[in-house]
Amino acid sequence: MIIENTIQGHVWKYGDGVNTDVIFPGKYTYTISDSAQMAQYALEDLDPTFASNVQAGDVIVAGKNWGNGSSREQAVTCLKQAGVGAVIAVSFARIWYRNAINNGLLAITCPEAVAALNKGDTVRIDLTQNLILVNDQQIPFPPLAESVQDIITAGGLIPHLKQEVRRLSGRFRATQNCILN
Amino acid sequence: MRQTFAQKILAHNAGLSQVTPGQIIDATPTVALSHDNSAAIAKIFRTIGIERVKHPGRLAITLDHAAPPPTTKHAQNHAEIRQFVAEQGISNFFDVGRGICHQVLCEEGLIMPGTLLLGADSHSTHYGALGAFGAGVGRSEMAAIWATGQMWLRVPQSIKISLTGQFKPWITTKDIALFIIGQLGADGGLYASIEFHGQAIQHLSMASRFVLPNMMAEMGVKNAWLAQDETTFDWLVEATNHPHKRVVWQATSRALWPDEGANYLAEHTFEADSIEAQVACPHTVDNVKPISDLRGTPVNQAFLGTCTNGRLEDLAIAAKVLEGKHVAKGTRLLVIPASSQVYLEALRAGYVETLLVAGAVFESPGCGPCMGNHMGIPAPGEVTISTANRNFQGRMGTRDSEVYLASPAVVAASAITGTITPPEDVV
Repeated sequence: MIIENTIQGHVWKYGDGVNTDVIFPGKYTYTISDSAQMAQYALEDLDPTFASNVQAGDVIVAGKNWGNGSSREQAVTCLKQAGVGAVIAVSFARIWYRNAINNGLLAITCPEAVAALNKGDTVRIDLTQNLILVNDQQIPFPPLAESVQDIITAGGLIPHLKQEVRRLSGRFRATQNCILN
Repeated sequence: MRQTFAQKILAHNAGLSQVTPGQIIDATPTVALSHDNSAAIAKIFRTIGIERVKHPGRLAITLDHAAPPPTTKHAQNHAEIRQFVAEQGISNFFDVGRGICHQVLCEEGLIMPGTLLLGADSHSTHYGALGAFGAGVGRSEMAAIWATGQMWLRVPQSIKISLTGQFKPWITTKDIALFIIGQLGADGGLYASIEFHGQAIQHLSMASRFVLPNMMAEMGVKNAWLAQDETTFDWLVEATNHPHKRVVWQATSRALWPDEGANYLAEHTFEADSIEAQVACPHTVDNVKPISDLRGTPVNQAFLGTCTNGRLEDLAIAAKVLEGKHVAKGTRLLVIPASSQVYLEALRAGYVETLLVAGAVFESPGCGPCMGNHMGIPAPGEVTISTANRNFQGRMGTRDSEVYLASPAVVAASAITGTITPPEDVV
């Protein structure tokens, strides 16, 4: 479940160093371009049960260096399309992290939450208070930078850029009108 | 404030006098690299609402990841890219067969000290060997760069690695890179800029130097940098085909050097003399062992190539190991030169003949089976020893297969015996 500022779902838990190639195998990178189809192959080489059982709002919880390896953005889009609400990890590989923000997928660095969460737990993420709630625990996570929040709110970098282009072209037209007047 | 290389180049690029780690700047890449993923990027680009790429002259596109195309779908992908290239007037386009992006861009003289390259490829760290700043980004980001010419970057903290001493016979920068990754871990340089210092670097050829920043991608780094010297300048003279004086002037005027006493997150020193041949074992690049622990492990396939180790020097060392010998029965040796230029030079130098006589299979320049697209996918249960930079599960296209990573000398020696073998055992 993903409603406005709340994400709620079950936990899928994995270990350290999960790389892009097991999240989305390289052999599909130039043959599968439909993002709904990408979801069918999500985590294929890590957890073959994932793609057929994941539900909207589910949360992936992982150890260190989640998403290391390739720059392939499908390693984010396949999860987003599969309905994953957020990924909580001890740490993220940098390109995967950028790709997550740029596709509006929440990536939370929070070792305390990783320690507290187990496979199958029901977890709730409250984005207004920056809290991860599981059983009786409330675990705070660091707030996102404003610029990052803007991108996620817009639904990703490209939707954000489209807004900017519209805003700027509006301003451009206004400037043109001034000159004409 | 004394500044690192990353601070200097990002400040310079953003038109600021100085920047601090953690600060977010708007960078204007001077080169924006993409490859077979360009059709997917173009698709995203078209949704933005801007018709023309802002700086077509700054784009560089190669077809290398599945080239020549193994299937109709791959061929269609290439056709879409050629159409986009024609529409947008992109002159730095390198079609099927020219070679792997990271090798080709350097050979084409598109990279100089001080260049800021963003690439839709994780091994964009490669360019630090020429004193440039290279970092990987995603497809959406590349589409945004095409549209706006800019991208936000966070100024990274820096890690200083000093290489001292001298390399033992048969030991290469691949062994050193694997050793470092084994020691510091796959997240040992996460988000950081790595600077290589130390006198051991000065004696290295450019071909050897490229391996270091290329492999640092496997430690999670943002970029990696090596100091430039006469070797760099001579290499650039050849690549750019410009007179020596002009290249040295251009290179030195653009070069940015870290300040003595700049602030580093960590400093490490590695002694080249103490390192023996290293092998990364399945299924992570930081699962590194000295070759003596693995001697005799059977291999079905040996692969010499990729952006890490497909250069002339790599083919030369393989030819030296394989001269007068033959690939073991039941083992296949795949050789893929990193570029058409490397291929031609290897042909002229006689390495191609030596390797063919020894039983090697030559394939056209490109990434080949490195990421599992084609040209040497292993069968389930098979073991590959490769000069590539990644050995993740399923990386070469088959989940139930294993990939070991090593230097060209070790890969060549292993092809002879059909088992993991140090070169000194067979030469």
